[in-house]
Amino acid sequence: MASFSVNGEHREVDIQASHPLLWVLRERLGLTGTKFGCGIGQCGACTVLVDGAPTRSCQTPVGSVEGSEVTTIEGLAANGLTSVQSAWIEEQVPQCGYCQSGQIVSATALLNARPRPTDEEIDQFMAGNICRCGAYTAIRKAIHRAAELEEDRVSGDEV
Amino acid sequence: MTEPTKEVSPYDHQSLSRGAFIKISVVAGVGLTLGVSWRATQTPDLPFSDAAFVPNAYLRIDTDGSITILVDKAEMGQGVSTALPQMIAEELDVPWADVTFEFAAAHDAYGMMVTGGSTAVMESWEPLRQAGATARWMLREAAAQRWGISSELLATRDARVCAPDGSELTYASLASEAAKLQAPNKVDVKKPSEFRLIGQSLPRLDVEAKSTGQAVFGIDAGPPDARVAVIARSPVFGGRLRSFDSSAALAIAGVDEVLEVQSGVAVVAKGYIEANAGRDALVLDWDEGDAALFSDEQLYEALRDGAQASGHTVRDDGQAAQILNESSNAISATFRFPYLAHATMEPMNCTAWVREGRCTVWAPTQFANGPAILGGGARQVAADAAGVSVEDTDLHVTFLGGGFGRRAERDFVQEAAELAGKINGPVKVVWSREDDMRHDFYRPASWHELRATLDADGRPEAWEHRMASQSILQRLVPGWIPRPAARFAGKHDPTSTEGASDQPYAIPHVLMTYKRVDLPIPVGFWRSVGHTHTGFVVESFIDELAHKSDHDPYEYRRALLRKHPRHLGVLEAVAEAADWNSRPPEGRGRGIAVVESFGSYVAQVAEVSVQNGVPRVHKVWCAIDCGTVLNPRIVQAQMESGIAYGITAALYGEINIRDGRAVQGNFTDYQMLRIGQMPEVDVLLVPSGDAPGGVGEPGTPPIAPAIANAIFTLTGQRIRTLPIRL
Repeated sequence: MASFSVNGEHREVDIQASHPLLWVLRERLGLTGTKFGCGIGQCGACTVLVDGAPTRSCQTPVGSVEGSEVTTIEGLAANGLTSVQSAWIEEQVPQCGYCQSGQIVSATALLNARPRPTDEEIDQFMAGNICRCGAYTAIRKAIHRAAELEEDRVSGDEV
Repeated sequence: MTEPTKEVSPYDHQSLSRGAFIKISVVAGVGLTLGVSWRATQTPDLPFSDAAFVPNAYLRIDTDGSITILVDKAEMGQGVSTALPQMIAEELDVPWADVTFEFAAAHDAYGMMVTGGSTAVMESWEPLRQAGATARWMLREAAAQRWGISSELLATRDARVCAPDGSELTYASLASEAAKLQAPNKVDVKKPSEFRLIGQSLPRLDVEAKSTGQAVFGIDAGPPDARVAVIARSPVFGGRLRSFDSSAALAIAGVDEVLEVQSGVAVVAKGYIEANAGRDALVLDWDEGDAALFSDEQLYEALRDGAQASGHTVRDDGQAAQILNESSNAISATFRFPYLAHATMEPMNCTAWVREGRCTVWAPTQFANGPAILGGGARQVAADAAGVSVEDTDLHVTFLGGGFGRRAERDFVQEAAELAGKINGPVKVVWSREDDMRHDFYRPASWHELRATLDADGRPEAWEHRMASQSILQRLVPGWIPRPAARFAGKHDPTSTEGASDQPYAIPHVLMTYKRVDLPIPVGFWRSVGHTHTGFVVESFIDELAHKSDHDPYEYRRALLRKHPRHLGVLEAVAEAADWNSRPPEGRGRGIAVVESFGSYVAQVAEVSVQNGVPRVHKVWCAIDCGTVLNPRIVQAQMESGIAYGITAALYGEINIRDGRAVQGNFTDYQMLRIGQMPEVDVLLVPSGDAPGGVGEPGTPPIAPAIANAIFTLTGQRIRTLPIRL
């Protein structure tokens, strides 16, 4: 029995501890926003946050997230679109869109760690997320835009 | 440009129903284009809908004001689920914010449902604007009847019909009355000067769903309780199953069934991981067949021999062969290209369910519906595989996590439907990344031998191009090629030679030959098809001739393209944008290339450096003339995308064959461009008044030769084999 929290909700799943988190999310919990791309942690389509850290869920045994808080793309927008998602829409990033859940989750983690990342930091942090459509320029722009939106949001809250 | 067009009578083919006739054009540059027209002026039955007003198969307007546009093309990133609604919304006069879309299920009302050859916008340009204009005409007529005045006096805007006295009726309030009217046969569409939405960078209709995890791709579609199957396929192309032992697989918890299917042995389980574990436990005995003796060595030997043998003459202007044979200083070059996998981000998959004689399919497909002479669309393939009639088969099209030509194949649909016909309940067939990469329909490998002589001014006088490759058309429609295209009779595949046979440079003597070589590796359409290699060959060799004769490669091209204003337009635009005559930054070189493909003209300049033998693309300028621009932002995104796809192939792309198997299996050995390698891209639109051309593919062909030509200026080395190895 695996027991952990997903998008703020406590979940218990009767499954082997070695089962990859990706497939528990997709097949047992119906959270299909997180995608399967390579199965070996090379493409980033399956990226989720585990206690805030970007994690390749295809390589993560569900037993290793016991008691942890998992956030998927579906959980980001629980209280309306996040700054990253708003920026993604503003910059019209997605093409086929298949990698974008992973891109958005990775970008969210990046901005949590570095609220104003440089291009080099973006390239470094996002290197694990492949976009076969080549939407990289738009991704870079959207991350900068999300940083601005988040600053505005925070300063707006202070006012 | 256009090779023979032949209309095939419907009565030649039992599969063609209800007075359809098929116009088959083999068009150099577009590959195989098929348009199905319907004899009846009105399609006899429309896809089911309970909306109040369904004027045609593309549009529904309901009494609550909802406007739903049915998209009959596959959305694989190229933006059709925005571009096609944009055409209808323009003619219908509705606000963009009111428009929603759905993917049309496979239905004969849409004729051929194939998305490929960058044709979606080109093919939809007339019929969809007509569909929108017809609906607007009917709504206006309904208002005229209600008000008792002539419809001539009525205008439309923002989903309303407006009378001269200022009174207005919403489309929603008119929907039921409009539905009772007879649709006109043909109405006038807007003039370009009247466009309000066409030409605008309207926001994509799919972007929010794709930014929140809500977009449903094939792998997400279908009943949530569907079981998952993986299939053990022959590791060697063309191998056959002798026997298998499933006892160990069946002992694994979660594995339900193991059964033989056409493509191998299917393991049906509770989930993907269980199914995979079951597959790993199978004991399989394959008859590997002849292909097991086939490796890269045999491949390139066969292609080289093919190119050097007397091939089919595709073009012969003047006396190229004679001039070259008599010349003592001909310039020659040999080019070689490997197989390439498509590597869509979403691996192949399909979901199907057969119950009570009906088959329901959820498929991420580029080819939902089509006639049997092309092997049938996905709906036909599913019906045949499940053993039910086409009429009893419903095929829903999902978002595609990339297509690039791979999803025009129907192998994955066949697998799911066959399996669904054999077991109880819905089943989702999922391919691993390794399955996807090792069982692709690859961009064909090819071999090209070029020779040229120069005149006293250094311009090409004679040009010879001898090429060999497998034929995609021959594989796709083996029984069909000889008949409507008797002239080719299996000798020539225009999708292999496009871009070379019709290369635009003013050269008095041109000879091109093509030799089809049959090899045991499956080949298919790959983003920009023949142009992936012919664009490289022509643009590299012309560049070489320019340098050999001490000409600037841009000016050399310009001089030879005087009679091709659209080539010239993009070439000059890109040179100006890149400030071609300026010196590049220290350590960088610039290369240029121009390629017409799929009805659009694209020129690119690449700025490249080489460090420790590794090329890096820093900046790309890209000018495109795609005729009328529907949505500039989408065109720009497609150029960036095509460039990324082309750089990936140029720097990394290679599928090797060893003992009849594809060597590469995942992103560790088949690398993708990552964000840090993406160059800055400046896109310039060079619009022309022509009808829209394609944009999904034309961005890809020029980038590899532009990079190679830039490398030459840095290292003096001509790149004649891809991927680039310095």
